[in-house]
Amino acid sequence: MSSFWSAWIIVLTLAFLVFIIWLLRWNMTNFTGIKEGELMDHEYDGIVEINNPLPRWWMILFWVTIVWGFIYLALFPGLGNFKGLLGWSSSNQEVLSIAESKAATEANREAGLIVQYDREVKAADDEFGPLFAALSQRPIEELAKDPEATEIGQRLFLQNCAQCHGSNAMGGKGFPNLTDSDWLYGGSPEHIKKTLLDGRNGVMTPFGNQFNDQQISELATYVLSLSGRKVDPELAAAGQKNFAVCSACHGADGKGNQQLGAPNLTDNIWLYGGSQETIEETIRNGRNGVMPAWKDILGEDKIHVISAYVYGLSND
Amino acid sequence: MKNIKHDWVEKRVGWLAIFATLAISIGGLVEITPLLFQKQTNVPVEGLTPYTALELEGRDIYIREGCNNCHSQMIRPFRAETERYGHYSLAGEHVWERPFLWGSKRTGPDLARVGGRYSDEWHYVHLMDPRVVVPESNMPAFPWLAENTLDGEYTAKKMEVFRQFGVPYTDEDIAGAQAAVVGKTEMEALIAYLQSLGTALQQQAN
Repeated sequence: MSSFWSAWIIVLTLAFLVFIIWLLRWNMTNFTGIKEGELMDHEYDGIVEINNPLPRWWMILFWVTIVWGFIYLALFPGLGNFKGLLGWSSSNQEVLSIAESKAATEANREAGLIVQYDREVKAADDEFGPLFAALSQRPIEELAKDPEATEIGQRLFLQNCAQCHGSNAMGGKGFPNLTDSDWLYGGSPEHIKKTLLDGRNGVMTPFGNQFNDQQISELATYVLSLSGRKVDPELAAAGQKNFAVCSACHGADGKGNQQLGAPNLTDNIWLYGGSQETIEETIRNGRNGVMPAWKDILGEDKIHVISAYVYGLSND
Repeated sequence: MKNIKHDWVEKRVGWLAIFATLAISIGGLVEITPLLFQKQTNVPVEGLTPYTALELEGRDIYIREGCNNCHSQMIRPFRAETERYGHYSLAGEHVWERPFLWGSKRTGPDLARVGGRYSDEWHYVHLMDPRVVVPESNMPAFPWLAENTLDGEYTAKKMEVFRQFGVPYTDEDIAGAQAAVVGKTEMEALIAYLQSLGTALQQQAN
């Protein structure tokens, strides 16, 4: 803050406090010439006023708040650039980036200043940091069997993952069910952790321009037949002819490809729905599934614990 | 001072108004006026970019639908909040916001850093019917957003007004504004806006 604005604040604040003191004393002085407890010399419709002072407790409250005002301004940052005797502040508000925020936290700690938020975070980190660090050293398979670790993992899951995958982790249309053993990108601990850390983007390209409605309908019929659904064999056979295009990702046998996140089409588990109509929609318009990356939001230690929870959902 | 009695001002309503205004103004003069000239409230954070034409239209839909009645955009500097939402909000993130949409009530979660948290698909499903993805939700559905399309008639004008407020829109931004939004659905605009929120200050582990 420039010294002009600092002076502006200090002068106005202190001048106003002094003014309030004067105002209070002025109001307490009896200028009427009428003694306390006697009638004032006016009367309206038979209503008269007695010259009574303000109640003493009320006056005391006024003085207490004024004194507190001075104490507060001495201890806390209120008077322009004066930081207060306590060196207290709520947070580092003048920073312009995360890097600056971290640097300010560090600088304030070295200077011995009390930044309420930084203190709160440090206290929590000191308490929970070692806990997560210890958990992150243990293999995911082992953590998945540890009731305390899975409870922590579940809390983190409910906070961060349930919005898409549901509070029961069973997913919904377009959001994978995590409790079955069907995995788009692999269900090993390493694969789950990688998915959480870096995110995934499952793109099914649209084929609405390449195939006409009849061909799309045939393809969908063939896809349905892959998971053993009863379909018109002629339509399915016609669809199979065009399936070569699909096999680039889903494989010639339709069993998918976990490298690409291409779903297995033969297991009767459907991410977007397994009706003829929905599959046609998928082929025509494509799909774009996004799992966000959580590395920067949660940090690797917490992700390790969530991975264990997710792994445990289908590996009891 | 002895001769100035309190009833002097009590009997002169004009003076009473003047003195009352002065007394009330002191708080604003001390707490608000200096803020208008501080670096903290005028310098954008690193990486802050103005809303694109589509995001700007989405912002107006956010206002029209009253999203700010239930969603705040202000992460306070408490650990309980930053654990969930990311780094606390900085004044420098809001230097181009007119009016700001900080809100004052959280029936739903804070949205200050919702950008990139969920996929576009999730936002679409969620806005069409929130209970499809979050069964516990009491947020209303906004299905008409997917049907209404934008004509972009006023988009360029809005950007010009924002430029007068100091938002660094270029002439090309404004010239291409209508073309950038015409035919897009309100849903697309709102999602684009939501996905932009808080992304300048990257979310990082605390």
